[in-house]
Amino acid sequence: MNRYPVWKYVIIVIALVVGGLYALPNFFGESPAVQVSGAKPLIKIDSGTLVQVQAALKTAGIEPDLLTLDGASVKARFNSTDVQLKAKDAIQRALVPDPTNPSYVVALNLLSRSPAWLSALHAAPMYLGLDLRGGVHFMLQVDMQAALTKRAESLSGDLRTSLREKNIRHSGINRVNQTIEVKFRDAATLANARALIQDQFADLQTVDVPDGAEFKLTASIRPEAARRIQDQALKQNITTLHNRINELGVAEPVIQQQGLDRIVVQLPGVQDTAKAKDILGRTATLEVRMVDESADARAAELGTGMVPFGSERYLERNGQAVIVKKQVILTGENLTDAQPGFDSQTQEPSVNLNLDAKGTRIFRDVTRENVGKRMAILLFEKGKGEVVTAPVIRTEIGGGRVQISGRMTTVEANDTALLLRAGSLAAPMEIIEETTIGPSLGAENIAKGFQSVAWGFLAVAIFMCVYYMLFGIFSSIALAFNLLLLVAVLSMLQATLTLPGMAAMALVLGMAIDANVLINERIREELRGGASAQAAIHTGYDRAWATIFDSNITTLIAGLALLAFGSGPVRGFAVVHCLGIMTSMFSGVFFSRGVVNFWYGRKNRLKTVSIGTIWRPDGNTAIKAQ
Amino acid sequence: MEFFRIKRDIPFMRHALVFNIISGLTFLAAVFFLFSRGLHLSVEFTGGTLLEVTYAQPADLGGVRGAVAKLGFADVQVQNFGTARDVLIRLPAQKGVSSAQQSNQVMAALQAIDPSATMRRTEFVGPQVGDELAADGLKALAFVVVGIMVYLAVRFEWKFAVAAIIANLHDVIIILGFFAFFQWEFSLPVLAAVLAVLGYSVNESVVIFDRIRENFRRYRKMNTVEIINSAITSTISRTIITHGSTQMMVLSMLLFGGATLHYFALALTIGILFGIYSSVFVAAAIAMWLGITREDLVKGGVAKKETDPNDPNAGATV
Repeated sequence: MNRYPVWKYVIIVIALVVGGLYALPNFFGESPAVQVSGAKPLIKIDSGTLVQVQAALKTAGIEPDLLTLDGASVKARFNSTDVQLKAKDAIQRALVPDPTNPSYVVALNLLSRSPAWLSALHAAPMYLGLDLRGGVHFMLQVDMQAALTKRAESLSGDLRTSLREKNIRHSGINRVNQTIEVKFRDAATLANARALIQDQFADLQTVDVPDGAEFKLTASIRPEAARRIQDQALKQNITTLHNRINELGVAEPVIQQQGLDRIVVQLPGVQDTAKAKDILGRTATLEVRMVDESADARAAELGTGMVPFGSERYLERNGQAVIVKKQVILTGENLTDAQPGFDSQTQEPSVNLNLDAKGTRIFRDVTRENVGKRMAILLFEKGKGEVVTAPVIRTEIGGGRVQISGRMTTVEANDTALLLRAGSLAAPMEIIEETTIGPSLGAENIAKGFQSVAWGFLAVAIFMCVYYMLFGIFSSIALAFNLLLLVAVLSMLQATLTLPGMAAMALVLGMAIDANVLINERIREELRGGASAQAAIHTGYDRAWATIFDSNITTLIAGLALLAFGSGPVRGFAVVHCLGIMTSMFSGVFFSRGVVNFWYGRKNRLKTVSIGTIWRPDGNTAIKAQ
Repeated sequence: MEFFRIKRDIPFMRHALVFNIISGLTFLAAVFFLFSRGLHLSVEFTGGTLLEVTYAQPADLGGVRGAVAKLGFADVQVQNFGTARDVLIRLPAQKGVSSAQQSNQVMAALQAIDPSATMRRTEFVGPQVGDELAADGLKALAFVVVGIMVYLAVRFEWKFAVAAIIANLHDVIIILGFFAFFQWEFSLPVLAAVLAVLGYSVNESVVIFDRIRENFRRYRKMNTVEIINSAITSTISRTIITHGSTQMMVLSMLLFGGATLHYFALALTIGILFGIYSSVFVAAAIAMWLGITREDLVKGGVAKKETDPNDPNAGATV
């Protein structure tokens, strides 16, 4: 009766092999490595980059243990940190000739030492959380109200232009918080204006507010449009953060949306929080200035003369020098949006800029006076300026909508628009949570977590073996299998393992043994009642199962609650806790029964089982089984 | 080896009233301390900045306190963390000073006194996050309570669900009472431990309830009190051994897990000890007061057949 059909053993063997395979990478440890990834969205990492890195290492006389192209980065593994640092310098020199304008991020990293065939199976070690590997964690809150206000401001500018274009006379447009108020002299114009808004401004909804003798129209942003604006603001902020963090040279930064208005940034290995915060919080500034087109400036542009007084020399991205006047016409604050597009007449790629009301006014005046001249848009980051584009002014530009076109490919238009947008965050952000973990603390935490699990496991296993004899050994094997499965599942899912996660691992092992204790006690009880050995094993497992299932479900309910409502350390705990409960049901009942069946199942005339002392209350003597 | 050589069923329920009074008093004391002293909440809940600094030699707490006080931060707590060389500094949230400035200022001041001071960990939590955490914690607790009650009500009967939840919520309150009385730091991992304990000790009650149900089916002549006594007696050895095993793990965390896991392990220890007590003495007693009967559990008269008679592997069951 205690025999498993072959397919059950097959399942067990498969679980063992798969579990072993995926848990294996954790035992190889990690080696220092250098990781090369693109610093700009347009930089592609491909086999060409791999060849470049290879060549750079060869000239430096460094032989990497492993050099691979992995997704969007090239990784090279070395056997010591000394070689790693040398290699980083060599690669940096070869790939990033101009450190002020890097196209690649060359970062130090740790790579698993597991052999290539394991990596080919996508078997990777567990992903360690920041508290185990050291690094910085930030949670940023995006000020969505500010994003909406900014959008309302730009809409009110657009509305002003549209009204003028349609010759609808108003007596004042005001932005009050996130609504736009427009006043009119009579009902007819008001109706016209409302029709215009309904027709051309999909994002706005209107309400008539009779205000004494005045005719007033109040337009507010539609809720669905507001949601979209917030979503875009968050996305743009994430993009901007990505660009900035690339500069820090972090191997595996995590930049994620959390909830509706939060962004989590995790920078493993970064220690210098002050610098990280500086970069995250930095606002790149955009400036519009006129190009100096005097003869002196021309000469300076060609490199044959001095830069005239009152002007400065900046480089365009293609390396060409441009001499621009020091006087700033507009700053990025007046720019509300920049999008790539196409010229409606020539179908040439273009970049479309939107200016706010103040920007529109200034821009109109400047362009009127400078038709035929060039103006430059400069991006300042870290106090270093770069000319993004320097177009010629063709006509006076009113209305706040600026189109830059000509001599541009679609890719360049995209890139320029991104740069113009990346200059600023869509909405201001505030750091609301910050954690820094030193590298030594991370290593110490791993050791502490590991020791807790190891010693606890050992103590429980020894006790089980002494108390339940052979059945204790079976239980311990099942417990070890549980640990193996748990590690394998965590590695497979690449769930983040934190110190609370390791605590959950220890706790789950302590709880998992409960199933085996229940079974073993039940078998003893059956034996005490006089059942035959085989029958006792059978009934013991059968009867215990219902109890084990019930008790695990209640524990799982608590685990799921933690998973659903927990954040940070609680979530790390809950993930391991829930997974551990599930693996324990498999190992504690199905697997341990398999082991017992394998050992005892074939013995037909089984007289005794080795499960420790079976003490009977009626006789005063204890029967020691086997 | 056998620890439990019990000849007869132990009449646990004879003293049910005494046990319930004891747990009632402990419960009231815990509630009293919770209100009079309150929980010592960690930075995660209150908002503020936390710095862990390590020194080459045992740290001079007075000096550290003085240095931080000179910076003009109010309500600064300085204490050892784990070893004498590690110091934990807690600064409440300050208006107008960003966390970066705060931690940098403090580190600069400390390094001016002793250059061996190195920063191991900083944590800054804005005040808005703390409120959310407390709200989420309560939501999680409510979810666990409702989830477990519904499950037990379906699987057993509402009287068991009520008994189990009262018994185990009382564990939770007692753990909180300990944290309030000793002013131990209540952090997020402790919250996780408390909720895990809730799930864990309910599972303890489930084992006993399961046996009560089984005994109702098997021993038709016994009355409810005898059934409960027999159920507790026959599961007591398993209860102690399981909890002992879990406690070994927790003890290992307490010994090797370091300061970060200290309070987490402590909460679990209290939870496990009171979990035994409440499952054995409180949950079953409450179920008894609520008046569980054979009819509640053994629905449809005869119990379901435990084995399939056509199963060639089926053996005689006792």
